[in-house]
Amino acid sequence: MKKKFDFLFAGVGGQGTILASNIVSEVGVRCGYDVKKSEVHGMSQRGGAVESHVRWAERVYSPLIEEGTADFLLGFEMLESARWPHYLAPGSLVLVNNHRVMPPSVNLGQEQYPTEKEIESILTAAGAEVLWVEGAAKADELGNQALAGVVLLGVLSTKLTEPAEVWEQAVADLVPAKFKELNIQAFRAGREMAEK
Amino acid sequence: MKKIMTGNEAFAYGAYLAGIDVAAAYPGTPSTEILENLSKYPGVYTEWTTNEKVALDVGAGAAYAGGRALVTMKHVGMNVAADSLFYLSHTGMKGGLVIINADDPAMHSSQNEQDNRQYARFAKLPMLEPSDSEEAKKSVRTALEISESFDTPVIIRTTTRLSHSLSIVETEAEPAPKVKSEPAAYERNPTKYVMMPASARKRHPVMEERLIRLAEFAETSALNRIEPGDDEIGIIASGVVYQYAKEVFPNATYLKLGMVYPLPAGLIRELAGRVKQVVVIEELDPFIEEQVRILGIPARGKDIFPIVGEFNPGLIRRCARSAGLLPRPTGQAPAVTAPQLPARPPMLCPGCGHRAVFYALQRLNAAVFGDIGCYALGGTPPLNAMHAQGCMGASIGLVHGIDLVGVKDRTVGVIGDSTFFHSGLAPLINLRYNNGTSTVIVLDNRVPAMTGHQPNPSTGNTLMGVEAPVVKIDELARGAGLTKVDVVNPYDFKHVMDTIKDHIKSNEPSLIVAQYPCVLYKRERNQPMTVDVEKCNECGNCLRIGCSPITKIEGGVTINSGLCIGCGFCATICNQGAISLPAQEGVTA
Ligand SMILES: Cc1ncc(C[n+]2csc(CCOP(=O)(O)OP(=O)(O)O)c2C)c(N)n1
Repeated sequence: MKKKFDFLFAGVGGQGTILASNIVSEVGVRCGYDVKKSEVHGMSQRGGAVESHVRWAERVYSPLIEEGTADFLLGFEMLESARWPHYLAPGSLVLVNNHRVMPPSVNLGQEQYPTEKEIESILTAAGAEVLWVEGAAKADELGNQALAGVVLLGVLSTKLTEPAEVWEQAVADLVPAKFKELNIQAFRAGREMAEK
Repeated sequence: MKKIMTGNEAFAYGAYLAGIDVAAAYPGTPSTEILENLSKYPGVYTEWTTNEKVALDVGAGAAYAGGRALVTMKHVGMNVAADSLFYLSHTGMKGGLVIINADDPAMHSSQNEQDNRQYARFAKLPMLEPSDSEEAKKSVRTALEISESFDTPVIIRTTTRLSHSLSIVETEAEPAPKVKSEPAAYERNPTKYVMMPASARKRHPVMEERLIRLAEFAETSALNRIEPGDDEIGIIASGVVYQYAKEVFPNATYLKLGMVYPLPAGLIRELAGRVKQVVVIEELDPFIEEQVRILGIPARGKDIFPIVGEFNPGLIRRCARSAGLLPRPTGQAPAVTAPQLPARPPMLCPGCGHRAVFYALQRLNAAVFGDIGCYALGGTPPLNAMHAQGCMGASIGLVHGIDLVGVKDRTVGVIGDSTFFHSGLAPLINLRYNNGTSTVIVLDNRVPAMTGHQPNPSTGNTLMGVEAPVVKIDELARGAGLTKVDVVNPYDFKHVMDTIKDHIKSNEPSLIVAQYPCVLYKRERNQPMTVDVEKCNECGNCLRIGCSPITKIEGGVTINSGLCIGCGFCATICNQGAISLPAQEGVTA
C-alpha cells in the first residue's frame, strides 16, 4: 500500500460536503490507510463556500493537500468546482455535480455565473479530466437534494479499488439513521451511472 | 481501536480520560466543539459561562477546591480572561487547571490575528502544543500532571487547523467511574491565595523559580524530541506546522516541540550542534526564533517565512525555495493560479430577524457601531449598515464616546444577546450612570447564532440540558436605571422604524430589544414567497435587503423556493405589492 490519494471537496454550506468528506475519511481508515482530513467551518452555515481536504496514504503528515497534488476533486456545486484548479495534479479527476447555487453578486446582476464550458476549460487547463455527474437530478428523483453528494461518492468509489461493501457500510454508519436507506440508494445510483 | 477524530473531539476525549471534573467555557471558533463534545461524556460537569473571564474564574474555583478543571476559549477570549490568568499564575491551585486556547491564524472566523504563545511568556505559564489529534488527546492528561506537580495552570495551544482537522486516535480503556467523596474543608492559606501586595510579592519569586524547574522538565520530557536526519538543516517546529514541515523536508533533522514554553535550551543547543543551520518554522510571531537567538544561535525564521496568516505545505515549499533551502524546480510547467470567480461571502440567512433592523438603520442612514456576532453581517453589501466593529462588548462604550464628541449622523450601538451577557451590561450601566444619551439596540435571537446555537441566559436551558431561568434583557436595562426601554418584533417593520426614530430623537440613554429567534435554531418554515412580475416596477428595494433567494431577472425578480423560508419581510418592503405573503399567518405587514 504505497500509494497516496488526496481528495479535495468543494461546495456551498448546507450541501453535505463535510458529511461526504467524513465518509471518504472513514473508508480510508477502514481500509487501513493513515488518514487526515481538514476543513474550515465557522461561517459556512451562512451560505459561504466550503472546502475540505481528505488524504489517504501509508503515513500522512499534513492535513492539508499541497497545491498541484490533489488526485480527485469532488465539486458539489459547479462554480465551486472551478475555484481550486491550482490544487489539481496533472491527470487528476474532477467530478462535478451538475448544479448551480448563485452567489450574491450574480443574484444582484453584478457578475456572471461561469458557463459549463468555462468551468471545464479552467479544470482541463490544470491537466485534469472532468466528469459531469447528474447528481442533483438523481437526488431530486430520490426526493432529497441533500443526496447529491452521496451520488458523487458512488461515482468516486468506482474509480478506486476499495470494496463497494466498505463504502456502503461507511455511508450507512455515518448518515442519520432515518435516511440510511435513501443514502444507500443514492450511493448505488452513483455506481450505476459510472458503470454505464 | 483506531478512531478518526477532530482535534477538538480528541481534546474532549482526552479530558474525559484524564478525569476532568468541571469544564467551563464561552463559545468561540475554533474552540467551541471541545465543550460540546465533553458534555456528552459521563461524570463531567460542563457549563457555558457568560464570558471567558467567568469561565477561568469558575475553573480556578474548581481547582482551588481540589478538583480537576478545564477551561477553553478562542484566542481573543484569552484577552478577556487575562486578568484572571495573571492572579492564577501567582496563586497556583490545590487541584489541576488546564486551559485550552485556540488561535486562529488567517482569521477564518475572527476579528483579529494574534499569537497567544505570548501569553505563556507574559503570564509565566507552561504551554503545550500538540500537532495532531492523538497528541491532542494525550495533552490534556500531561497538562494536568504538570499542573498538579508544579502547582501552576497549564495552557494547551491549538489552532484552527488542528482543532478542525481529523486524524487517527487510539481509543483507551474507559476510566474508572468517579467515586463521590465527602467534601474536604476548604484549605485556608491566605499568603498563597489572597493576592495583596505583601503576599503577591512573595509569590512572584515562586513563579520565577517554577519557570526554571519547568525549563528543566522541558529538557527531558517526552513532549520534546530530536528526530535525527541529515546535517544540512535543523528544523524547530511545533503544532500542525511540524506536520507541514515534514512533508516539505522529509529528511531534515528536527527538534519537535510539544511544549513551546518554557523552551529546552539544552535540546536547542544540541540541535544546533548537529546541523549546519537552524531554521525555525512557526506561524505568526517569531516566538521561538527570538528565544533561540537569545541563546546565541543564529537561527533563521521570519526572514524566510511570513509573520502573518496561516501556513500550508505549498507556502513552506515556496518560501524555502526562494531562500535557497530547497533547489528551485527546473523546467516544470508554470504553476496554475487560482481563477477569478464570483465570491461567496457569508450573508444573513433567509428569514434572519436581524435583517429588518439593519434595513431600517440603512433607511435612516444611521451611523451604526457594532459588536461581534452574526449581526456583523449587517455590514456587508447590500445592507452596508455597520460602521465600526471591533470586539465583543465594544459597541455601547463606542457609541457613548462618539456621542460625547458628537457627529452629524444619527447614531446607534447594536449588540447581540449573547454578546450583551458577555460584556454589554457594564458599558450599559456606565452609559446610564454618566447621563449618556445613546441608543442601543439588542438583537436578541435567543442564542449565540454565529458559533452554532449554544444555549445562553436567554435560551431557557443549559449545556447539560437542564432547564434554566430566562434572563430578560429589558428588565436588566430597567434595573440599571434606563426608563426608555422597548421590546419590538423585527417583522413588525413599521413599529421598528418608528421606535428607532423615537429613541434616536430622545435625550436619554435608551435600549430597544429586537426579539426574534434565530431561524436556524428554530427551524420553522413557511411557504416560500412568490413574485407577480406584472406588478414589479424594478425599484430594487427587495434586492437591497440582501436576502439570497431573491434573484434579479429580466423585467423583475424571482425568489428561489428552495431557499426562501417565507418570513415575508420582502413583501413588507415591496411598495408595489408584487411579492405575496404565504397563506399562513405569522407575519405582520
Ligand atoms: C471574546 C470573544 N469570545 C468569543 C468570540 C466568538 N464569537 C463570535 S460571535 C459570537 C456569538 C455572538 O452571539 P450573539 O451576540 O447572540 O449574536 P448572534 O450571532 O446570535 O447574532 C461569539 C461567541 C469572540 N469573537 N470574542
